[in-house]
Amino acid sequence: MVHLSTIPDKDGVNGTNKDSFTTSVYGSRFAAQDLPRHEMPEGEMPKEVAYRMIKDEMSLDGNPMLNLASFVTTYMEEEAERLMAESLPKNFIDYEEYPQTTDIQNRCVSMIGRLFNAPASAGENVGAVGTSCVGSSEAVMLAVLAMKKRWKNKRMAEGKPCDRPNIIMSSAVQVVWEKATRYFEIEEKLVYCTPDRYVIDPEKTVSLIDENTIGICCILGTTYTGEYEDVKAVSNLLTERGLDTSIHVDAASGGFVAPFVVPELEWDFRLPHVVSINVSGHKYGLVYPGVGWVVWRSAEYLPQELVFNINYLGADQSSFTLNFSKGASQVIGQYYQLIRLGKHWYRAIMSNLTRTADYLSDSLEALGFTIMSKKSGEGLPLVAFRLPHRDERQYDEFALAHALRTRGWIVPAYNMAPNTNKMRMLRVVVREDFTKNRCDALIADIRLSQQALEQMDHDSIRKQQDFIHKHQTAGGKATHNHPKYRKEQHSLQGKTGKTHAVC
Amino acid sequence: MPSQSGSSTGQTSHLTPFSTPYASQRDIPKYRISENGAPGDTVYEMIKDELDLDGRPNLNVASFVDTYLDDHAQKLMAENMSKNLADNDEYPAMLSIANRCVSILAHLWGVQKGDKAVGAPTVGSSEAVHLGGLAMKRRWQERRRAQGKDTLRPNIIMGANAQVALLKFARYFEVEARVLPVSEKSNFCLDPDLVRENIDENTIGVFAILGSTYTGHYEPVETISKLLDEYEEKTGVWIPIHVDAASGGFVAPFTYAGTGGWKWNFELPRVVSINTSGHKYGLVTPGVGWIVWRDQSYLPKDLVFELHYLGGTEESYTLNFSRPGAQIIVQYYNLIHLGFQGYREIVENCLANARILSKSLEATGWYTCVSGIHRPAPANHPSSTAVATAASDVAHRAKDALTSAAAATTATTTNNPGGSPAPAAPHQTAETSAAYVAGLPVVSFRFTDEFRREYPHIQQETVSLLLRARQWIVPNYALPPGEGQTEILRVVVRVSMSFDLLDRLVADLVQVTETLMQRDEVDLSVLQEQRRRRRSVGDSVG
Repeated sequence: MVHLSTIPDKDGVNGTNKDSFTTSVYGSRFAAQDLPRHEMPEGEMPKEVAYRMIKDEMSLDGNPMLNLASFVTTYMEEEAERLMAESLPKNFIDYEEYPQTTDIQNRCVSMIGRLFNAPASAGENVGAVGTSCVGSSEAVMLAVLAMKKRWKNKRMAEGKPCDRPNIIMSSAVQVVWEKATRYFEIEEKLVYCTPDRYVIDPEKTVSLIDENTIGICCILGTTYTGEYEDVKAVSNLLTERGLDTSIHVDAASGGFVAPFVVPELEWDFRLPHVVSINVSGHKYGLVYPGVGWVVWRSAEYLPQELVFNINYLGADQSSFTLNFSKGASQVIGQYYQLIRLGKHWYRAIMSNLTRTADYLSDSLEALGFTIMSKKSGEGLPLVAFRLPHRDERQYDEFALAHALRTRGWIVPAYNMAPNTNKMRMLRVVVREDFTKNRCDALIADIRLSQQALEQMDHDSIRKQQDFIHKHQTAGGKATHNHPKYRKEQHSLQGKTGKTHAVC
Repeated sequence: MPSQSGSSTGQTSHLTPFSTPYASQRDIPKYRISENGAPGDTVYEMIKDELDLDGRPNLNVASFVDTYLDDHAQKLMAENMSKNLADNDEYPAMLSIANRCVSILAHLWGVQKGDKAVGAPTVGSSEAVHLGGLAMKRRWQERRRAQGKDTLRPNIIMGANAQVALLKFARYFEVEARVLPVSEKSNFCLDPDLVRENIDENTIGVFAILGSTYTGHYEPVETISKLLDEYEEKTGVWIPIHVDAASGGFVAPFTYAGTGGWKWNFELPRVVSINTSGHKYGLVTPGVGWIVWRDQSYLPKDLVFELHYLGGTEESYTLNFSRPGAQIIVQYYNLIHLGFQGYREIVENCLANARILSKSLEATGWYTCVSGIHRPAPANHPSSTAVATAASDVAHRAKDALTSAAAATTATTTNNPGGSPAPAAPHQTAETSAAYVAGLPVVSFRFTDEFRREYPHIQQETVSLLLRARQWIVPNYALPPGEGQTEILRVVVRVSMSFDLLDRLVADLVQVTETLMQRDEVDLSVLQEQRRRRRSVGDSVG
């Protein structure tokens, strides 16, 4: 007996290759094709393949550990990560479905309010109110809206015009303040920094107040030098002059640092003029991006017209947000951190960071840099530094930043706030995961880069910088920015060359 | 001997989370940050257990928001949880993915050749609506100033069925909200006749909603657009449209029914921007929305801020700044994993299930549907042409999918030998949404008038309450003010509402109603107590 077998023809063999379902991701036809970029593909792609293709693409993103530009948390414990991953499908605003999540938010508001010494509630409509946000940007916009509305209501009650509101702030503010004033049509009155003063001047600030001033913004930890603005002095001056102007404290970064490192510093609701405070949970609150908080001293500072009551299956909710549906993970993550760490371990972490920042400051000073940030807890745990003024040097801060980039470090260089003689600076943010060990590695690389730059002449520095900018930074390679919006001239950055610092 | 109960610093040594003081003696901190911390595994367990009190997402048929992700999407989500979308220097790959999504959506929504569409990811449709509205307001101000006219009294048009985000926009950005009443005639949506009466030179734009959250009807964007054309001819005042396609942006383009034959997207020159929620029928868990402008000229330059990083530049027009980027990665995963066909199958299934639910409810004689997706498309209605276009569209698109579909049908039959033909298997009978009125997979229903007459003591709201006891969340609320005070029960059919689950829902609804019919007024009085706290007219939640 002979078993005869046919040999499949060419079509038969190739036919199976067309099958998109394959056990090997890199053997499938998708591995040899472009990923769709502009138009939805007609057919589907197996999920293993889609997953792997996207995951591989994501590996081109940077290493968060070496990114010293950002304040945003990149490390959380496994338990916290698990809790957050499990909560991903939860829609935060869906109170009827997730009542416990809402309760957890309220607990966080309460804890954070008390951390900022909010007056305790003593009945209906008295006592602090607050809410969670996506981040400090939303929080700031809500606070600005509340100040504007309150001012407007007051003016209307007095029968006075209310079409030219203004707000007083330092020129070192984060870009969200410029956005808020632009989008809500408020005039910005800036208190300019000087070459030796990088924070708001209380005297100048208070003298800018007029009848159209809706409030004053003070920053607890500017994004440039991390210095805390003197909220107390502003508040005291207001009291002295008998003014009742409101102060909002933008404590995006400092709100979770100052209460632990310098508890005696008065910047919060202990001061009578402070009406609202915002803080980013995803900075020193130690949660992954997507959570901020805003707290008002009492409900009276949050005009009723801004709060929408939504009836959702019988449950009345008050809502004052710009966003609506959003994930609940970050709020749950925040609660985890607050009860997991307690004041004790927040204090321990923030003290460690302050110590590391001091160590880095001292080491950089020894290398000949001029330190612009404060030490020993008088500011945020960051180090802002610049090269000393010396004419014969061929390189500047931007060249050093580019040189560090080749070693993998992202250390941003900035143009300082306007009126500071075009001062440039470098900034290292000391985050939770920046240990002394890694700090030493950074110092060694700064020294090496500096030595290399010293030996180069002006032209080769220029060439090298261009090369790195074009080929090694994401921004230099970016092609997605719209030409129409390039080189805008309307913001502080457009007008004065000040950099909107990353935060 | 070291103490077992731990030291004063809060480092408790313990065997399991349930052997710590938190398991019985100590309350977990609720209102004040505790002095000392607690061990990670304990805190994890305590919070996790507490969250068990939250509802079951899949039985919440009140919400449009997606709760299902496949394993791979979940993995991507968890892996990228720590990434900050605002940090372009650190996460260039993520940013490029966001741009691809914008580009894909612009194409899906009929972006026109020659126009340079711009767009952005947002946290949700609320942020997107604010951005769209603000751009319209700023453009209106620019036009008025150029004409030397005042800019004091801007107004915006929307129907009373608008989601709260639209009202918020008007309040926060100080634009007069002209909220037009809705009626049965207008399908409880924006009424074009009323639009005509309410527009003037101070109208910054019209919000048209693609998919009313109350009844799932699409607002007639093309009719509104034509009417605004006529108005412009007469007065020279140009009024743009922003389409709030929070739910419909990922439904209408994929269904065979489309929007019922008329245009709604960038094919209409008057539609300047469209927003959608990625976390609704975009099939991503909460935290992503999208907005696209038809051309860069509709996004005024002075609203966009440039951020300089290490020599790089980033343009920014958002209300939020730092925010998670994982949702955007999963959006891209869905777009390329499912493709056009995958999305189409899913929304067609949702619509088929919604039709079954509607027909089952009406078959009882107790309920009548306010939503329309189960009604045949009227022959003289423009959607009859839609059927024709859709049909040719099907033929065109299905060419390559045909063989696999045939294979699937065979597989189903062989897997189900001798089984009774399922009463509702739309794909086998080749029935598509094209034969029906277009709309979102939403079923809004109320008691029939006969039922009301026969059982005047039964409150519709009680049905919702009793369903709650069976773990279903089926909200009952008043239709937007305008015509009478009709209350509706609403079921949103999401991707995870399978046929089997639907069967249970119908069974439970029938049982609950029967129970009520057997009770007299005295029995039910106890339930009226519940009613008082929800008397106020509410907004439906998107």
